[in-house]
Amino acid sequence: MTSAAVSYSPFDPIAVFDRADLVENAGVCVLINDVQVAVFYMPKETPCVFALHNWDPLGKANVLYRGIVGDVNGERFVSSPLYKQHYSLDTGRCLEDETVSVPVYEAFVEDDTVTITLQSRRQK
Amino acid sequence: MNTKKIVVVGNGMVGHYYVEKMAALAQAFDITVIGGEPRPAYDRVHLSEVFNGKDPEDLALTTREHYKEIGVKAHFGDTVVTIDREKKTVITELGRHFPYDKLILATGSYPFVPPVPGSDAKACLTYRTIDDLGAIRAQARLGKVGVVVGGGLLGLECANALKNLGLETHVVEFAPGLMGVQLDEGGSGMLRAMIEELDVQVHTSKATQKIVPGKDHTLRMEFADGGALETDLIVFSAGIRPNDQLAKQAGLEIGERGGIVIDYHCRTSDSDIFAIGECALFGGKIFGLVAPGYRMADAALSQLTDTPQSFQGADMSTKLKLLGIDVGSIGDSHGKTLIDDKVPASFLYSNDRERVYKKIVVSPDGKKLLGAVLVGDCSDYDNLLQLYLNDMDLPENPEHIILPADDGNNAAFSGMELPLTATICSCLNVTKGDIVAAIDGGCTTVADVKSCTQASTGCGGCAALLKSTVDTELAARGVEINNHLCEHFAYSRQDLFHMIKVGRLEHFDDVLAKHGTGRGCEVCKPTVGSILASLWNDYILKPEHLPLQDTNDNFLANMQKDGTYSIVPRIPGGEITAEKLIVIGEVAKKYALYTKITGGQRIDLFGARVNQLPDIWSELVSAGFETGHAYGKALRTVKSCVGNSWCRYGVQDSVSMAIFIENRYKGIRSPHKIKSAVSGCTRECAEAQSKDFGVIATENGWNLYVCGNGGMKPRHADLFATDLDDATLIKYIDRFLMFYIRTADRLQRTSVWMNNLEGGLDYLREVVIDDKLGLAEELEAQMALLLDKYQCEWKTTIEDPERLKRFRQFVNSEKDDTHIVFVQERGQSRPAKEQEREALTTA
Repeated sequence: MTSAAVSYSPFDPIAVFDRADLVENAGVCVLINDVQVAVFYMPKETPCVFALHNWDPLGKANVLYRGIVGDVNGERFVSSPLYKQHYSLDTGRCLEDETVSVPVYEAFVEDDTVTITLQSRRQK
Repeated sequence: MNTKKIVVVGNGMVGHYYVEKMAALAQAFDITVIGGEPRPAYDRVHLSEVFNGKDPEDLALTTREHYKEIGVKAHFGDTVVTIDREKKTVITELGRHFPYDKLILATGSYPFVPPVPGSDAKACLTYRTIDDLGAIRAQARLGKVGVVVGGGLLGLECANALKNLGLETHVVEFAPGLMGVQLDEGGSGMLRAMIEELDVQVHTSKATQKIVPGKDHTLRMEFADGGALETDLIVFSAGIRPNDQLAKQAGLEIGERGGIVIDYHCRTSDSDIFAIGECALFGGKIFGLVAPGYRMADAALSQLTDTPQSFQGADMSTKLKLLGIDVGSIGDSHGKTLIDDKVPASFLYSNDRERVYKKIVVSPDGKKLLGAVLVGDCSDYDNLLQLYLNDMDLPENPEHIILPADDGNNAAFSGMELPLTATICSCLNVTKGDIVAAIDGGCTTVADVKSCTQASTGCGGCAALLKSTVDTELAARGVEINNHLCEHFAYSRQDLFHMIKVGRLEHFDDVLAKHGTGRGCEVCKPTVGSILASLWNDYILKPEHLPLQDTNDNFLANMQKDGTYSIVPRIPGGEITAEKLIVIGEVAKKYALYTKITGGQRIDLFGARVNQLPDIWSELVSAGFETGHAYGKALRTVKSCVGNSWCRYGVQDSVSMAIFIENRYKGIRSPHKIKSAVSGCTRECAEAQSKDFGVIATENGWNLYVCGNGGMKPRHADLFATDLDDATLIKYIDRFLMFYIRTADRLQRTSVWMNNLEGGLDYLREVVIDDKLGLAEELEAQMALLLDKYQCEWKTTIEDPERLKRFRQFVNSEKDDTHIVFVQERGQSRPAKEQEREALTTA
């Protein structure tokens, strides 16, 4: 986890903060410019950090970081704390409604530092 | 076309059943019902429960309003005195005339009082109506001894009532044995021995000659054999007689010994007049049970439709609990049926030590069951009844079906397959075929089948049979009854609880590694979190527990639609000082919180941002408040009325008890939220009967009610135990709660939990009161551990700076969530609606 290739444009807005600010197997929220980003930390996963927009498009509130993380048939998700829809941590897709999704962003962990950019994550 | 005028005379159970069924028909009728009692129909079968503390209101089968809603004209407290068959009109005591096209007589019966000199004394009573109960209760207050004349089914039921009223109780029977109609001599003897152990004195072969004023007590009964008995009240329960006088006057055919003669269609000798229930005589017999009465009502009603059915007589088998003793009687219990002039064979098992008596009467060829007697153990009743009713073949050695099995499961019945015509529920007349059809129609649980077929919604006696029928049918279809928590755990909550407890697992990761698969989800994580809390009562925001908590538990507050939170400080019993009220007011004012009084006698403060929660709680905690756990699946509130400290009617200090209970159980995590209340008298101002457990004061202590709830599907709580002292009350609640926590499914309220317990309320009593499972000590110890480890989660949280970091909106910024916008309404804040927000942000 220490030598992930950091690849983002120097012009992208970023947030950099301590790994200690993350909460294991749960989410926190960071502000990048005026964009709220939910950051989930799952130490046993690769990658171990996931960044999604914090806006719950169905619940219509900035709450996604307060949801429970887990998996359905292997697909990692955060469940909305308001109405429990599942959003894929990898793609942002809503598992209950394919017309709905939330933006996902690039996230990196290096040593004790976490970096989140507003660049959309490349779909693998 | 003129709507047919139907007049129903009598509003007992059978009359009511008829009216309900008729109103539900597609065809419209103009229905009038006239009831002699001042109140609409009620459940007479459970009359004696009123002396157990049940409210007479709870026996009601219907209300005036309900009759109005279904379009039935109902008149109560007026009696029909004349039937004018020429003019097809009935006339009441108050002089009202009701014309009819068809007349239904459901006049019921009256208790037979033997013509003994002195039996008209004031302290000589009968036992049939709610008003009778009032009279018995009033008379019981004046004395110490009570006698029931009649050792039949109703008489013994009545003896139980007298015993519950605290009287020294005697049963006086004319015949040589108790329940002579239903039981053989051996069964009757066993029953007598068991009843006498309960301190009810039984006197058989006693003919009362006269009743005179007593010396030490109000009355003195003098018997034909020269003996005498002094008592303060006498209840006659020596059988029933049909109310047939009205029919007699109208010239309808009456049986030699009374009863309105009816044919297969329940028609009387006048083809426009039907008679149903206990007033009717069919094949020379009066049917004194409710189920045959219902079948008569069905048959009578069907004559007005295109598919007339006939009444063919009815099975008089019965199973009941008398003074807590199981008694069952099926078919020819005396073995008097001759087949080809041969006497039937009997098989008998009698165990004096365990007080069990079982007898079966079998056809001479040993193939068919003709009758049975069960005393002390009715667990085989359902199976025996099915063998009897369906004329099924007995196993080769019939004795095996009554001999005790080593493992407690009677193997003789396993594999017994009922025909589709077998009646499973005799109250509602549901056959196995109906149940199979319901399952074919998509029902997959007992609860589904119940609501689809109404089976087991009457007396509930068939619950076990219904469940085994449904289970067998589902299994036959290859439907696996899946109560797995989720894809990560192939176990029910109850299984998981047990495994976590036995394995002493303390972390979700260990539970998942040992018993699960995958990463977990929003279903299993909070469930395991709750189980861990119920078992070990650790601080729920410890790093290893925090990811398991649903959002409300996770931030120790209730999330609202805009992502802000509401805060509910604990106000035990709803009692609060002026100082504390002021603190709440000042906090609300300072943080501009919307305040609202909750239904649970607390104050809810809305609109706190996540980053304001710690400051708000610091202020509340320093003023002496604790968290109210409004966010948790845990004990919420214990509501109370003001009790005897202030109230003119209160008989106990309900506020002190409510505060004690709330402080005792606060914070205990459970499968779902738990609510409670304590009322200081029977007026029940605290609405304790709508709670998971409710306590109502009596003059002698407390009545405990369990498994009620409000909400989407309100349910009245059931009376669980009566006149408890403080210590016993708490002991029962400890056991009840812990047993619920252990065995309920995820998010299952107590009411649903109890409905799914095989054996229901009685079973729950056996576990909690009689300690049938030998668990009581363990349940109490578990509760003691939880109580010992209680902490105010907010106090712990604000004292730990590391924990407080969790309440930052952003880890890298002090800014607020700009999407949260409030507007003012009636002097308080509320979240802005979409249009309002647009207007505010563009302005």
